[in-house]
Amino acid sequence: MGGGRMKYVSEFRDPALAQSLATAIAREVDPARSYAFMEFCGGHTHAIFRYGVQDLVPSNVRFVHGPGCPVCVLPMRRLDDALELAERHGVILATYGDMMRVPGSGRRSMLTARGAGADIRMVYSPLDALALARDNPDRQVVFMGIGFETTTPATGMAILTARAQGLTNFSVFCNHVLTPPAMEHVLAAPGIALDGFLGPSHVSTVIGAAAYRPLVAHYGRPLVIAGFEPLDVLQSVLMLIRQVNEGRCEVENQYSRVVTDAGNTKAQGVIEKVFALRDTFEWRGLGSVPDSARAIRPELADFDAEARFAISEKQSREVKSCECPAILRGVKSPKDCKLFGKACTPETPMGACMVSSEGSCAAYYTYRRAETMAEMEAAQ
Amino acid sequence: MSGILRPGAAVEMAHGGGGMATTRLIREIFARHFANPILDQGHDAARLNLPHGRIVMSTDAHVISPLEFPGGDIGSLAVHGTINDVAMGGAVPVALSAAFIIEEGLPLETLDRIAASMGAAARKAGVPIVTGDTKVVERGAADGLFITTTGIGIIPEGVEIAPERIAPGMAILLSGTLGDHGVAILSRRQGLAFGTTIESDSAALHRMVGDMLAAAPSIACLRDPTRGGLSATLNELAEAAGVSMVLKEAAIPVRPEVAGACELLGLDPIHIANEGKLICICPQDQAEAVLSVMRAHPEGRDAAQIGTVGAHAAPGTPGLLRMETLIGGMRVVDWLAGEQLPRIC
Repeated sequence: MGGGRMKYVSEFRDPALAQSLATAIAREVDPARSYAFMEFCGGHTHAIFRYGVQDLVPSNVRFVHGPGCPVCVLPMRRLDDALELAERHGVILATYGDMMRVPGSGRRSMLTARGAGADIRMVYSPLDALALARDNPDRQVVFMGIGFETTTPATGMAILTARAQGLTNFSVFCNHVLTPPAMEHVLAAPGIALDGFLGPSHVSTVIGAAAYRPLVAHYGRPLVIAGFEPLDVLQSVLMLIRQVNEGRCEVENQYSRVVTDAGNTKAQGVIEKVFALRDTFEWRGLGSVPDSARAIRPELADFDAEARFAISEKQSREVKSCECPAILRGVKSPKDCKLFGKACTPETPMGACMVSSEGSCAAYYTYRRAETMAEMEAAQ
Repeated sequence: MSGILRPGAAVEMAHGGGGMATTRLIREIFARHFANPILDQGHDAARLNLPHGRIVMSTDAHVISPLEFPGGDIGSLAVHGTINDVAMGGAVPVALSAAFIIEEGLPLETLDRIAASMGAAARKAGVPIVTGDTKVVERGAADGLFITTTGIGIIPEGVEIAPERIAPGMAILLSGTLGDHGVAILSRRQGLAFGTTIESDSAALHRMVGDMLAAAPSIACLRDPTRGGLSATLNELAEAAGVSMVLKEAAIPVRPEVAGACELLGLDPIHIANEGKLICICPQDQAEAVLSVMRAHPEGRDAAQIGTVGAHAAPGTPGLLRMETLIGGMRVVDWLAGEQLPRIC
């Protein structure tokens, strides 16, 4: 193009296009019914709030926020285990920034543990953790592996690289989880009235659109894989509304500029090589979900922090009145939680949903606090 | 006699002991780079002849890692930061003091470079460093170098800068692009080095402020959006003035490189620190005049009106600061809890 720079996001935030999509949505919704769509992914929740997408759709189109926030669904027990690694086993614990403020048992967090002397480092990629291991040959470095299929391949690559380089002081505390089993768990739960899903963006680049077909066929709910930009979300909502109105139930791919039907087969290959499926895994909010998480394969046990360090059994108790679990299942909204905005704020979080940049309580607090607090008062 | 700046030489505890080593450190590094008639008198306390009027005084402790970064260093930052704080009070800065806490082991060459940059920044701004102090602490008790600067200035007749003067209907102006400083620092932080051409915007704004106030003495409020960025600064002002504010996201200037880095890291430019930008709140009918004065200065080249002051509201009301988003929705712009932490994916 004639001297023009490539803009990679602004065209997906164009106000005129947004207005025309909003007009199309308003024209096509059936005023006689309502539409409840779950955006599975916390990234979508935040895009919706950050850009005020709900202001552009009619009030009978409702977003239900899903469990797709890796920090939020990590049970407290696993965080307590990570803190133990740093505090009792004296490792350098390398973690993504999102984890730092999440409250563990006794209101402790990685930030407070670091303040008390534990060696916890914030990294931006598992490769940074590998570099830490190379630079500190006399210390054990543990990378806190967390995230859905998006971040799993990078963790896998770090383990393969560590093996190739003969590193003996690097391991991973693996908490990687899978999207389709969590989606199935939400769909199978009684009493959930959902008309469709906005499918994840980044996860789908890895697992591909085909991965959702069995679910969609079995549970009869349409799914549109949506990009993270506000126009992506609006267009996907329109596609879902059309499916519902026409009685269709398909996997459609709005994010086709990135997501293919088969996904990233190379990344899938790395996952298969490094990780096995756990029989079951505890999710905050969802409870035990079968076949929903990854563990490091036994032949790579040298790089598995759970195999290398004796992690003690512990009773980790969530804050009782925190509604994170129900919010993560999509059956409650942050405004249904007594703690929201009062006892639980981003400064003093009681639950992970208030901490993570993908958590729905954080989204309500950051972008719609005034409205949410007003609604809570009116409901009392 | 050879100077103290031998290759490989570092600051030692003796440089803070008050003896000959201290004198040489001050003479050969600080006095040499800061030279001006008042400092050169060599008194313990600087004597200044000030015109009559209202005096403002401001102090700022500077701790930054890395000490040197694209577009500046802790020395120039310490000069600009305090000059700007004085200028945001509507005052003409007159003089600065500087106190140094130096960690044992800091290379003297680094200290010399930073002092040179500090002297150059003060000279360029026309605000002399007239007094100072130096302490050396043991290795591990500080992070290289901490600098505290204090500035005084005189408020011209007729100027009255105070948040209480912010009134409904006023214009909210921003002098240029957001986030340059914070992203430049991030790009050099250990563990996150990424290739970028972004430089810190660190700059002294007092000359631009002087011209703005000359053109529009009815400016109600000036503030530099440093730590906490635009969101913290405007939330603070909205609280103090008891008003709501509405921003227009599309009007807020952000460099594409900064926007790109923020997208990648999951950060929002409105929370990121700036060191050479100001927010000006003035009557709407003077906004154009003020903007054209700002745009005549290199520091204000990208100045724009980014929002409007709304109705009176009780302080403590949640959501005083709101923004019309790029796609036409509305959202609250909140204070940030703690520091922004990069997201997982």
